[in-house]
Amino acid sequence: MPTPPCTDPVVLNLWHPLSAVAETAAGQDHTTTLLEEQIGYAWSPDAGARAWRTGATQHQLPTLVRYGYIWTSLGTPPKDLFSIPEYDEPDRRNMNASTIGVHVSAPRAIENFLDMAHFPFVHTDVLGSEPHTEVVEYDVDVSAERDEVLATRCRMFQPKASASSSAGAEVEYVYRVPHPYCSILYKTSGDDPGRKDVIAVFLQPVDQEHVRAHLLLSVLDDAHEDKEIRNFQQSIFGQDKPILENQFPKRLPLDPRSETPIRADKSAVAYRRWLSGKGITYGVIPAGR
Amino acid sequence: MITLFDYELSSDCYQARLALAVLGLHYSRVDVEFYPGREHETEWFTELSPLQQLPVLRDEHTTLYDAQAILVYLAARHDATGTWLPRRDPVLVGEVTQWLGLSRALASSAGAARLHESLGHVTDVTAARARAHTLLRTLDEHLWFGEQEGRSWLCAADHPTIADLAVFPDVALSEEGGVSRIDYPAVRRWTDRVKRIDGFVPRSGLFPGGSAAAPWPR
Repeated sequence: MPTPPCTDPVVLNLWHPLSAVAETAAGQDHTTTLLEEQIGYAWSPDAGARAWRTGATQHQLPTLVRYGYIWTSLGTPPKDLFSIPEYDEPDRRNMNASTIGVHVSAPRAIENFLDMAHFPFVHTDVLGSEPHTEVVEYDVDVSAERDEVLATRCRMFQPKASASSSAGAEVEYVYRVPHPYCSILYKTSGDDPGRKDVIAVFLQPVDQEHVRAHLLLSVLDDAHEDKEIRNFQQSIFGQDKPILENQFPKRLPLDPRSETPIRADKSAVAYRRWLSGKGITYGVIPAGR
Repeated sequence: MITLFDYELSSDCYQARLALAVLGLHYSRVDVEFYPGREHETEWFTELSPLQQLPVLRDEHTTLYDAQAILVYLAARHDATGTWLPRRDPVLVGEVTQWLGLSRALASSAGAARLHESLGHVTDVTAARARAHTLLRTLDEHLWFGEQEGRSWLCAADHPTIADLAVFPDVALSEEGGVSRIDYPAVRRWTDRVKRIDGFVPRSGLFPGGSAAAPWPR
């Protein structure tokens, strides 16, 4: 077999999302690109998911169906994917807001997802507004046991935090990065301030500088149609897209001296260090190069 | 009462929203989810828009389903100044119509490349980008010579027309389809001028113009 284009063992052994089940016509073969390889996949309610390298149909790749998406791996993946316990709560609305191709590396997209400082400027009058631009002190922790980056006590004044908000409010966020190319945020729910809405981004690395961004919503909202909830998130993501696509270099530099973080970037600093510790090379510019 | 059947991320829908905004018209929006809901293919929407095209505009007893037709109608019906579609000037009417044609050509080239990149629509993206560059080069030359003659807009008038509103969206979003505007400085200056038209509204993926110069009209 020829050498695969991606030779990073850390990335090869990860689970990667291919498509939302809801957008996969049952019983038909589909193709997509993962780590520069053409991957075929299919799904049906009876047979579940299958995936293969195009041209090697007899050689099945491992698959999982989690959180409404079909996942595969080109290496030897862990037994299961990271856990999102909220997804199974019976009163949540779970849906794929969108799967959108973006000309950016997966780690740059994760960093944008973690960043609150851009809210007032990029998501003006929605997720932030002037003069409420300060990112107040928050906590970042890298859990060795769970092998994930965790940012807590993140707060921001938001004029319109979600499809269900009617007025501005201070909203509290928690961010998890349990996978080099996946992140989950929890934010105060507009419908039930005691609980949190869950928004996750699962990045499918097409190559080192292109992703398909799958956006999972698991929200508490009794009032809005699915399409209204998706529309809100699609508009937000549409605002991020040109910002993401104009970052340079497109791959994320891991050398701490290559870019100058400020205090608000604490979670990004921890994320970069965590990636370095894993020895990841795909989608990044490793330190010392 | 005007109703617009609209999808936020569609550049044709954005043309209609721009026209409604600069004309200062009140309207209600009905969201039609192009992706992932494919609501434009539903039976109820096909009854409104037989070619399953977005946007659709309804005004009293009129229903129109073509972005450029909607701009022509809105200007002809609701623009008391008569400047957005200068119907009394045959040359300007011809020019406006010519640029509306260019906006369609942009939709099937720069717009198609954008849909290919973002939603994976199947298209010959190399050919689409090459065509988009041909159109942008034509536009850039036209705007550059216009600037030398003191003309700021697409048509030979001292004010913008619906032609500027029709051509703007797919030009301003071209980078998302991998079509760079770095080689078209006159186009970039013109997009900045469009952003300063009084009543201009941005959309997701486009940001408002800077306050470096006064909005138009001065």
